[in-house]
Amino acid sequence: MRRPFAAALIAAPALLIATPALAQDATDPHAGMDHGSMNMSGMDHSGTDHAGMDMSGPEPDAADEGAESTAVAEPAAHAGHNAASPPSAADTPGNAPPPPVPADMAAEAFYPRAVMQRSLNATLAEMRFRGSAVQVDQLEYRANNGKDGYGFEGMAWYGGDIDRAVLGFRGEGAFGETPETLELSGTWRHALDPWYNLQLGLRQDLGTGPDRTYALIGIEGLAPYWLEVDGQLLLSNKGDVRARAGVATNLRITNRLILEPEAEIDLAFQDIPEIAIASGLEKIELSARLRYEFSGMFAPYVGVFWERKLGDTARLARAQGEGAGTVSAAAGVRFAF
Amino acid sequence: MLTKSPFDRRRFLAHGTVLAAGLGTAGLFPAWARSGSAGLRTPDVLSGDTIALTIAENHFATGGRSAHAVMVNDTLPAPLIRLREGQTVRIAVTNRLAEQTSIHWHGLLVPFQMDGVPGVSFPGIDPGQTFTYEFPVIQAGTYWYHSHSGMQEAVGLFGPLVIDPRDGPADACEREHILVLSDWSPMHPHEQLRRLKLMGGYFNRQKQTLAGLLAGKDQPLKDRLEWAKMRMDPTDISDITGVTYSYLVNGHGTAENWTGLFAPGERVKLRVINASAMTNFNFRIPGLPLTVVAADGLPVQPVETDEVQIAIAETYDFIVTPGAEPAYGVIAEAIDRSGQVRATLARSEGLVAPVPTIRKRPLLTMRDMGMDMAGMDMGTNGEIDLSKPANDSMSGHSMSMRDPSVAPQVPLGPGVATLSPMPVDRLADRPTGLEDVDHRVLTYADLRSREANPDPRVPTRQIDVHLTANMERYMWSLDGVALSEGAQPIPFRLGERVRVNLINDTMMPHPIHLHGHFFELVTGEPGHRPRKHTVNVLPGGKASFDLTADGEGDWAFHCHMLHHMHSGMMRIVTVRREGGAA
Repeated sequence: MRRPFAAALIAAPALLIATPALAQDATDPHAGMDHGSMNMSGMDHSGTDHAGMDMSGPEPDAADEGAESTAVAEPAAHAGHNAASPPSAADTPGNAPPPPVPADMAAEAFYPRAVMQRSLNATLAEMRFRGSAVQVDQLEYRANNGKDGYGFEGMAWYGGDIDRAVLGFRGEGAFGETPETLELSGTWRHALDPWYNLQLGLRQDLGTGPDRTYALIGIEGLAPYWLEVDGQLLLSNKGDVRARAGVATNLRITNRLILEPEAEIDLAFQDIPEIAIASGLEKIELSARLRYEFSGMFAPYVGVFWERKLGDTARLARAQGEGAGTVSAAAGVRFAF
Repeated sequence: MLTKSPFDRRRFLAHGTVLAAGLGTAGLFPAWARSGSAGLRTPDVLSGDTIALTIAENHFATGGRSAHAVMVNDTLPAPLIRLREGQTVRIAVTNRLAEQTSIHWHGLLVPFQMDGVPGVSFPGIDPGQTFTYEFPVIQAGTYWYHSHSGMQEAVGLFGPLVIDPRDGPADACEREHILVLSDWSPMHPHEQLRRLKLMGGYFNRQKQTLAGLLAGKDQPLKDRLEWAKMRMDPTDISDITGVTYSYLVNGHGTAENWTGLFAPGERVKLRVINASAMTNFNFRIPGLPLTVVAADGLPVQPVETDEVQIAIAETYDFIVTPGAEPAYGVIAEAIDRSGQVRATLARSEGLVAPVPTIRKRPLLTMRDMGMDMAGMDMGTNGEIDLSKPANDSMSGHSMSMRDPSVAPQVPLGPGVATLSPMPVDRLADRPTGLEDVDHRVLTYADLRSREANPDPRVPTRQIDVHLTANMERYMWSLDGVALSEGAQPIPFRLGERVRVNLINDTMMPHPIHLHGHFFELVTGEPGHRPRKHTVNVLPGGKASFDLTADGEGDWAFHCHMLHHMHSGMMRIVTVRREGGAA
């Protein structure tokens, strides 16, 4: 079974085998650790074997627990193989240096380099994820006293794991009227670490009142306890600064019936009378939606949606004859494609 | 799509190849894979010195699910290739697809340029082209072959390959059957991947629920909160599940009930191959002990057990002696218990044994996180505060799930969510989900090579390879770098003996496969350690193997979960003469 070439290469390494264990002792950063107080069952800490604690070390024959599983037809073959037998020091690998990484491809011996390189590039290109999706988290009918309306929120994206172009959309309003809010955003989403993404882009507000364009910088991601969080700082073309923060999570009642509570606040750092917003907390939205996931791509839901203007922004609203708060019953669908 | 052109057929016959499969009413199965198979004395086996395979578009349907497929000679699984040790074989592979294809001979020791990995061993097989593989057959045992291009392996391009020993059969039996286990989804693998990118747990419909909490199932609240704090899901066993997969034996689902025949008292050899794209299987035959006689094609000292977890790309030969019952259910259960498939061993066709109810979905534990504190003094009541050292003796050992000091070579980018803080060797562990079953379960530590290991040298050096991932973003890599991100090859000197320590920094088992070589798992005393081409590294744990780098050339080295490999959990391994005749 061995390839025919090999006979000659069983050579010098035997010289190396005695040294490495000692060398390890000298360099092991954990050498001073108190192994005695850690009873790691089945692991052998005697002699020169630090395998259990040395993350990079070898671990011959460690951790035999749970192996009482299988009867062996030839028990003699297993003699000496159990948790109690210390792994032989002679089985500890040496510390020879690795060879250099070759600059060529072995297949160049059979095919032109350019052909192989093209083939490798094609293979690698296919492994780079590029995708797109439209994800509509909310598309809903909102019923409240007298003035039924709608709400929607979602995004379309294109890109890979690290960088994506995202087109966001969100709006709400009463039927037959100009949308109360209509926000369109275009952002570059860049993965910062395993959990959080940077957002950089523009948001255009097209709802009731004068339009505004904002430069947007934000962070979105998944916080501990599976909380989906996001926070954005917005600078308008009129020099106004606003911010938004939100948090949501998915509570699985069953694997298909999922309750998603969500909270969001908006705030302004100055009065913006043109759009009836006053400095300070502008608005809070609380909602809970109970969806039934036919699949991750389609889930109808029902829910409640409550929003209330706050502080001076609420006073401005009342002065214009509007209520500061609204409660709606919502029914809609969450989908993606 | 099912038409078979007479032209193709003539071509096959012109090549002197026996072709009985796939034509006429027998449908898409070669005879050995057809239900009611009497065993491997069927005429449609491809053997001899010249073999022709044609890869083409097709359709496949099972259990009401139907979709596009890519097949070899119009069958799923692909035809059985049966060779003899010592022969030289020429296999002409013709590509009738609109895209490139390739075939990799899994587990075979071939010259690297015949190994079939586009971009590594050869340029691939373009549409309309025929590529002729030619290699000496220098080994025996149960192997398989599959595409190494794109996602073709997931849509049908896989088949068994058996090599008979030069000196007559080892473990001679009165009868033998081949069982090719696979997973089949009507959803194209590219779409599967996109959905996993939308939501890492997209296909998991067995998560913990509030209803379960109230009913006292699964983790208690305290544990749920601890895991939620770490953003880790103990039900994250398999990426793609029975939600979309049908599980198959020789292309047959449970209802289609593939049946292999036996006569009472016969010794029956079962050559079992897990040719799945994304499914590790728990394999058992209730009422019938399994005697393991070979693993990954090579003979092992016979060991009797009741259940074996067969990871993707592994093969096992079992000997069973059915007799007492008229029929036995052969059960391959997805390890996340989202589905299973039942085939049958029966005295005559039509007999069935009961299908066992699928067992409870397992939950991952701290050991699967690389944080096994068994027996360790963790302070009060085993409570674990992950933000600080567990106690004084642990100082210097952060229990952080992402402490860079445990994996200095791993850049901690968005694709690395966790590093196992204290990974332990798990070769002797029962595999995921079988920890507590009340019968015998094979572990790697139970395997001893029947033949002495060919290279007794102690490795002159060792390397660590971290298996890294971010399940939420669905990113997979080795040492924190995906192959497509410009990862350097892993270099070996020709003939060098090296210990490779695989460290699983994820909470999923990964079947890691090295092309063109066998390696010895570092378990038990040296001398008769099990030799394998694929090792399943359990979650949060370590597995070490000793490799004699005796295959000159460039080779692929990767996780055999197709989506993991495709996402970058792969490296090129170079084996070159010292001093570089290159």
